[in-house]
Amino acid sequence: MLHSELSVKISSVQKMEAEIKTIKVTIDNITIDVAPGTTILNAARQIGGDVTPPAMCYYSKLEGSGGKCRTCLVEVAAGSTADPRPMPKLVASCRTGVMDGMIVKNITSEKVPEARAGVVEFLLLNHPLDCPICDQAGECHLQDLGYDHGKEGTRYQFARRTFKKEDIGPYIQLHMTRCILCYRCTYVADQITNKRVHGIVDRGDHAAISTYISQAIDNDFSGNMIDVCPVGALTDKTFRFKNRVWFTKPMDANRSCTTPGCCGKATLWLRGEEVFRVTARKDEWGEVQSFEGKPGWICNTCRFETKETSKWNIEGLTTISRHSVIGANKYNTLEMPKETIKKVMSGVEPKLLMDIHSVSGVNTNDIHLSELKGPAHSEDFKK
Amino acid sequence: MQALTNKAKQVNRAPMSFMEKLYLPAIIKGMMITFSHIFKKKPTINYPEKKRPFSPVFRGLQILNRDEEGRENCTACGLCAVACPAEAITMEAAERQPGEEHLYKEEKYAAKYEINMLRCIFCGLCEEACPKDAIYLSETFTPADYQRKQFIYSKNDLLIPHPKENEEAYLKALGNRPQKQTL
Repeated sequence: MLHSELSVKISSVQKMEAEIKTIKVTIDNITIDVAPGTTILNAARQIGGDVTPPAMCYYSKLEGSGGKCRTCLVEVAAGSTADPRPMPKLVASCRTGVMDGMIVKNITSEKVPEARAGVVEFLLLNHPLDCPICDQAGECHLQDLGYDHGKEGTRYQFARRTFKKEDIGPYIQLHMTRCILCYRCTYVADQITNKRVHGIVDRGDHAAISTYISQAIDNDFSGNMIDVCPVGALTDKTFRFKNRVWFTKPMDANRSCTTPGCCGKATLWLRGEEVFRVTARKDEWGEVQSFEGKPGWICNTCRFETKETSKWNIEGLTTISRHSVIGANKYNTLEMPKETIKKVMSGVEPKLLMDIHSVSGVNTNDIHLSELKGPAHSEDFKK
Repeated sequence: MQALTNKAKQVNRAPMSFMEKLYLPAIIKGMMITFSHIFKKKPTINYPEKKRPFSPVFRGLQILNRDEEGRENCTACGLCAVACPAEAITMEAAERQPGEEHLYKEEKYAAKYEINMLRCIFCGLCEEACPKDAIYLSETFTPADYQRKQFIYSKNDLLIPHPKENEEAYLKALGNRPQKQTL
């Protein structure tokens, strides 16, 4: 279907600009016609499925991103029809444009999986394996990548780089130790928000994301940095430690937001009736979904300040990929199943030997986690 | 009718012989077997006074572990709860504050942790799933009780005794089995 949609799109482009040739590229023995100037990664995404190389730093909605993490390496077996020599080294598919008659090998290559596993191991050199604490666990691209390549453990025996903890505002939690320096967040700040107040300071091993002079990020779209972060370096402080993603119920919802540039379409992550987190909607590549050709960024008001279901129009449950651990939440329908015993027994209430809610100390009514501004602390549970 | 297998046995309905009609030889034979067991080794033990050693793979009551300094290992990662086939485990996490470092090992900890022992099937998957060596199945049974609500075990019921404040109880709770090595 994608293919046909694409060819329709391409044919319309052709009509518009008189005579632009499409070029043929073969990726893992699948041939596709793409517009000139397309990168190998985007051509592979048009095919979809397993032939698409993973990308940790490239983000199609952010101009200039890519070329930093090297996870999208592919083998070019033939450069083009005119010059069919293979490229001597593996190339970063997000930064390499396709040529007519190019033959690319991704999963069919012998070199690529091994090289990519090496890249994953390099990315994990300084990445702390603190997934049990990290709020990104379960939707982390690096975690998926590590497990996909059998590199979930570590061979590294030296001290990992550490950073002084830095507070970058009331909404976003920065864990610099987890950062893989993909630069996506700086591109968000550059391209979506009106002024960038954070960037990457220092070089090499010391390189770190920081706000200049610890200036708080307080523009309306800074929250989107959380969504573009492929790891748990930037996480939602209002969701911090509230729950694991695979126990929450994701729901698609929209509201008419007055902030200019906010699309108002979001995913709510609920536990019971409480909205724990609001994120932008994600597409199949883990990027923010596009609506009418525009990326569906959401503003901080929607993301951090609108945590009541009454303020949203619920569209339905979010479809979760069956490979994702989030599917373990077991939410199949939006409605809670109704009690049937009373109905069947002609109005007689079932005799409960024990009501778990009266005994259990978890999920009690005396503490509402969604109302807390940040993570819960010991005094919150002492009330 | 032909039998499907050769396992069917025809019942012998022949009339009893004189010796069989006496019954006494059969009774004496049976009594001899009973008598001979007096001199054999007893397969049973006197339970509350004497206890058998547990098998190395015995799966008993869960315990929440502490490290050697007495800090709680659990970080409320939720892997035990997602691994639990009986959905017996629930928890709520909180952030460790400055000054609480002696209580909790990591920056996040389980403020509440609950196992519904009525649901638990002692499969040991929580122990398998735990990345922090925080939960494991000990060598004790869940004690019996008269009320159902007593089987909802909170964190206080599950935590191992403090290794420094109550070393004896800690070592006893730790059991004799070799401990799982953490990364």
